[in-house]
Amino acid sequence: METTSPIERLLRAVALTLVVVFFMFPIFWIFLMSFQTNETILTIPPSIVFSPTLSNYAALITGKLQTAAGTLDIAFMRNLGNSIFLSVASVAVALVLGVPAAYAFARHKFKGSEDIAFTLLSFRFAPPLLVLLPLTQYFQWLGLSNTYFGLIWVYQLICLPLILWIVRGYFEDISADVEYAYRIAGHSWFATFRKIALPLAGPGIAAAGLLAFIFAWNNFVFALVLASADKQPVTVGALAFVTSSGIQYGQIASAIVLSVTPTLALALYAQRYLVEGLSLGAVKG
Amino acid sequence: MNDTALLIKDVDKFYGPIDYGVHAVKKLNMDVRKGEIIALLGSSGCGKTSTLRMVAGFEAVSRGTISLSGREVQTFAPVRRNVAMAFEGYSLYPPLTVRENIAFALKASKLSQSVVDEKVASIAKLLEIEDILGRYPSSISGGQQQRASLGRALIRDANLHLLDEPMGQLEPQLRAVLRGRIKHYIKERGLTAILVTHDQTEANALADRIAVMEGGVLQQFDTPQKIKERPANLFTGTFVGEPPMNVFEASVTGSEAKVAFGLKDGVRLEYPASDFSHAVRDALMKRQKVVLGIRPYSVRRSADGVAGRVAVNQWLGDQTHIAADFAGGTMVLVEHDRTELAVGQPIGIHLDPSSLHVFDGYSGKAISHGEELA
Repeated sequence: METTSPIERLLRAVALTLVVVFFMFPIFWIFLMSFQTNETILTIPPSIVFSPTLSNYAALITGKLQTAAGTLDIAFMRNLGNSIFLSVASVAVALVLGVPAAYAFARHKFKGSEDIAFTLLSFRFAPPLLVLLPLTQYFQWLGLSNTYFGLIWVYQLICLPLILWIVRGYFEDISADVEYAYRIAGHSWFATFRKIALPLAGPGIAAAGLLAFIFAWNNFVFALVLASADKQPVTVGALAFVTSSGIQYGQIASAIVLSVTPTLALALYAQRYLVEGLSLGAVKG
Repeated sequence: MNDTALLIKDVDKFYGPIDYGVHAVKKLNMDVRKGEIIALLGSSGCGKTSTLRMVAGFEAVSRGTISLSGREVQTFAPVRRNVAMAFEGYSLYPPLTVRENIAFALKASKLSQSVVDEKVASIAKLLEIEDILGRYPSSISGGQQQRASLGRALIRDANLHLLDEPMGQLEPQLRAVLRGRIKHYIKERGLTAILVTHDQTEANALADRIAVMEGGVLQQFDTPQKIKERPANLFTGTFVGEPPMNVFEASVTGSEAKVAFGLKDGVRLEYPASDFSHAVRDALMKRQKVVLGIRPYSVRRSADGVAGRVAVNQWLGDQTHIAADFAGGTMVLVEHDRTELAVGQPIGIHLDPSSLHVFDGYSGKAISHGEELA
């Protein structure tokens, strides 16, 4: 039996609280800011006592931003829609391409397989800007700049390696004999992939998909360079709050709250599957 | 030709490029008749599991052909071969219960639910896993998983059943019981089975014929009795049998009247020429160097035998194992009674010519067994 003294427990609680405060405070502060006007936000010293207002959210949703210099149109809701569409579509494409590829890399060692897999991973090492400059040229020639198709394609640089490498690891953890047992019972390799490999790697695929979604969602530079206003996601759209008459902190805060919500909801929803995935790992083979 | 279930012809297996990779199986030739139980016996890495997996279709055949019921299948996917297999690592499907795992093997056969239930129940009874049918693989022991895996293979009505170390994880008592039951089950249904094992008791008990493999080469393929009594070479002779065969290098000299073997330390074994057939004598005289083999059960103590000295004397509860220093080596004797012999005590050792196995000193090939040519 492990015994802990009251002092030890107290110290633990204090340490834990410190960590939580450290990480949660910015989020908490942004949440508060999203209910304040620019004036109260910029008060010195700052105060957590204020009369909350929904004007920031109203501005975002209606798309009319009131500034000292007049009314500006902002496309935040459209940006949010773009973010969702781009991320979902990119992850979907990456899953369709990456999961079978991961299976192939996990199960079949062919000449150059390691090299190909590593090349795919190396896309993650290259600084995005380095890729972007020549890509901008190509995209213009190909007529792909400022298209959803082009953006989703470029987003594969983010999503595909991630999914490929994470899912490959999960496939490698499944005993090949489990699949052989299924195949010898009279099933094709494709049925085996679908009925045995996919379900057993399911939690891993979910985890990889979630990570890829978050990375795609948070991407800034690809969309900034390759897309114009009507195709831009929230990360780029937030730039609109830096106006000629000052930075609209209140709206930025509420925009952040709104744009974090989908990923947070997804992560919370997927959490139980991820945990389930970890415990399933214990029975494999 | 019709009663050949499996024909393996000139099969080579390389891991890596052909001719340059690891040569796991070398020019293997084997035939298995319908209804036969074959044991592939050998130590780890001898190529027995590679052979089994080539037959199942999980490993590509580098060279040669594999035929099932007269049909060449080496390029077929496993699904088209109609073979069943029990895996050494069990390989049960984690999300299914033991019952579902076993019944699963029958899914493709489109039997009615009641027939499936009946078959599962009977195989579960045979393997003593009735009480765990509702459990998941993660919650049962290795031995239970192994029996579930075995059940999943045996329940199928396949052309060939491949069993990879099917009983390695079982307790000795259970193993002994199941051996008999499984053999009966296979024979009763006329199934053909190949089992891979490194346990010679298992091979002897289950198999009609044993294929002894070493270094990727099939050393001998014969009945358990023949393998024991007439080992084809020194490897089979020393690998099969417990305790292992005693072997001593020797030179041969002979005349019209007698045959003499010269062992190390000046030990000479002389036999009247009449103890060996003419053919054996001729064969022996052609060699300078041979290896003499004799099984520990056949070594006798006698006062007028060759001198040895007791090094170890162990009573195992039903037999005595005596190791004696003899001719620069160790001679192991097995006696059925408890023997009071102190360590260091001199004994006389008699090697009956009818129990002698003689192998070529260079190739290891058997020359003679007793008075007959190999």
